[in-house]
Amino acid sequence: MQGNEAVVEGAIRAGMRFYAGYPITPSTEIAELCAEKLPFVGGKFIQMEDEIASMAAIIGASLAGLKAMTATSGPGFSLMQENIGFAAMAEVPCVVVDVQRMGPSTGMPTSPAQGDVMQSRWGTHGDHSIIVLSPSSVKEAYYVTIQAFNLSEKYRTPVVILMDEVIGHLRETVNLDEYGDIEIIERKIPEDIENYLPYKDIENGVAPLIPFGKGVRYHVTGLVHNEKGLPTNDTKIAERLIKRLVDKIEKNKEDIVMYKEKGEKEGDILFISFGSTSRAVEAAEEELKKEGFKVGIFRPITIWPFPDTRLRKIYPKFRKIFVVEMNRGQLYYEVDRVVKREGEVENINKANGEFFTPCEIVEKVKERIKNGF
Amino acid sequence: MASRLVEEYFRKETLPNIWCPGCSNGIVTMAIVRAIDNLKIGKDKVVVVSGIGCSSRASGYLDFNTLHTTHGRAIAFATGVKFANPELTVIVITGDGDNAAIGGNHFIHAARRNIDITVVMYNNHIYGMTGGQASPTIPRYDKATTAPYGSIDRDFDICKLAIGAGATYVARGTAYHVQQLVKLIEKGISHKGFSFIKAMSICPTYYGRRNKKGSPADMLKWLKDNSIDINKAAKMKPEELEGKIIIGEFVNIEAPEYTEEYQKMVERLKVSVK
Amino acid sequence: MEKKLVIIEDWCKGCGICVEFCPVRVLEIKDGKVRLIDEDRCIKCGLCEMRCPDFAIYLEVKKDVEGVNAGK
Repeated sequence: MQGNEAVVEGAIRAGMRFYAGYPITPSTEIAELCAEKLPFVGGKFIQMEDEIASMAAIIGASLAGLKAMTATSGPGFSLMQENIGFAAMAEVPCVVVDVQRMGPSTGMPTSPAQGDVMQSRWGTHGDHSIIVLSPSSVKEAYYVTIQAFNLSEKYRTPVVILMDEVIGHLRETVNLDEYGDIEIIERKIPEDIENYLPYKDIENGVAPLIPFGKGVRYHVTGLVHNEKGLPTNDTKIAERLIKRLVDKIEKNKEDIVMYKEKGEKEGDILFISFGSTSRAVEAAEEELKKEGFKVGIFRPITIWPFPDTRLRKIYPKFRKIFVVEMNRGQLYYEVDRVVKREGEVENINKANGEFFTPCEIVEKVKERIKNGF
Repeated sequence: MASRLVEEYFRKETLPNIWCPGCSNGIVTMAIVRAIDNLKIGKDKVVVVSGIGCSSRASGYLDFNTLHTTHGRAIAFATGVKFANPELTVIVITGDGDNAAIGGNHFIHAARRNIDITVVMYNNHIYGMTGGQASPTIPRYDKATTAPYGSIDRDFDICKLAIGAGATYVARGTAYHVQQLVKLIEKGISHKGFSFIKAMSICPTYYGRRNKKGSPADMLKWLKDNSIDINKAAKMKPEELEGKIIIGEFVNIEAPEYTEEYQKMVERLKVSVK
Repeated sequence: MEKKLVIIEDWCKGCGICVEFCPVRVLEIKDGKVRLIDEDRCIKCGLCEMRCPDFAIYLEVKKDVEGVNAGK
């Protein structure tokens, strides 16, 4: 199964029944497969006129009661940012798949990269929070997509699946039932819909979303709004609203974050990488282990919110930390923020459209530590 | 207590509205409400989607399922709502800047698809919310803050553009001819397919003052004196129509509607798969 | 069925549209608000309600009211 296909299978299993998108390499297979499969599962597919419209359409569909998704790559992801911000402000659940390719601009459309890390967090303007997940295998793409929908429903937020061309186009034999039955979070209509407040000021939380047309009429806007969703310029309400929008994710980090660890619990080198790059890192780890190095790997699946609590526990046990990314250093800044030890965090970068080779990573490590840690 | 229509269809707590004295946005918004009231559509099934601008604040005042979106994108949001749940009556409230400038691409594609939504464009020639800049429909040589010496642009004939893009119901009304406007909106809503109603509106604060169009009432009278019903216009010579506004129904044809076509496709697939 | 003209002062912005279009000229703007000059001459046509951008003037329809001021 291809990575992009695994995303579609995972989305359908998670209950996705609306896809709006626009063709762009390397994510187009997701649109094509949705066009093929959705009619058979009572779902709807529409190719919109551009990515801005695609993002708008899935927000509209989500408000009308369907779990909705779109997929794109760098250039389209840039166009979607304003409406992603709208989904964050209006707290509309939806999933956006960004199959990254080398940028900036048109870049190298068929080449992998991980240059949208910061864009996925800060692409849209203003203070907000967002959940961004990154799978590193076809099987995990399936699983991560299901979690993306669960998290987007549970926290009423857009969730970005940050993939790259390698995972998107990779084919692996997978056994999807290996996950057994995964809990799917459905949108429940609360009993008490009498005095329903779509934006109830719940500490670090969010009210359930009742779709349009179900007998409860309310207002949705990108303007700062009160608990009923009506626009307001009240600075106290504004402060509480933005605080809740951010805290509902940042304060529930422990419930949201997912990561994988491999290799030693303590030792010489701690690798930090995500998505497809982590596969080359795992091979490099084997190599270095043979040469007597004690190596550990920390792989965040949730890129945002970044699993800093966990990283704080494990990095002190390693002498050197290497952040390996197919960009010129982006997640590096987050790791460096967490570690805060001068000169301890090195980054290994590659930004020429090529995938990492394991021995490249090994060379760079050896070079950096040749005159001692 | 307010009028029956206000009590039933407006969120009174949000009134009075933010529009300037004499702005006709309230008149056009009430025309939409009258149309919905006449058609007896249940409030729960009505979704009003609006963009950004003076006109688009209307969705906040109305007691329907209301969605106040991003600038120019109302029609794209509305497409998502309608396609996801075709039972909903989806009405888009947009302005001439919101729809004909930044929203142009979504406007022509929704018309091309002939998806069953009704778009009411409040056409006041300027961007009111941001202080009176020229919009794509401002008559040539009229003034605006970004056309201080008169607009040199040619203005869109947005109705022809809608027809060209494939809209199957296209009409133009004015804030003066309220009864007619209500009827045009009514027919637009009940029409199955992409309906577009251009509502000539007045902006006394910016467009009116800068172009010396007089008081709000004068501006409404100007609409009265310079509009000609399409049936009458058909019998008049082109030079007589120079500078006049043709009002009424331009197009009202049946064509395959997007959400129904998709449903038929799904039906066909189910048959073929059995 | 008895109709009575009602003015919601809070919502009126004194734009003067109703005053201009009232066929019997019974409305005027005073201190920025519309005012009914002479209730008797009001013919209850509802044009002011139809033209008001702020829903601030309307005809209240009282069904079979026996009240004292049921009008002539």
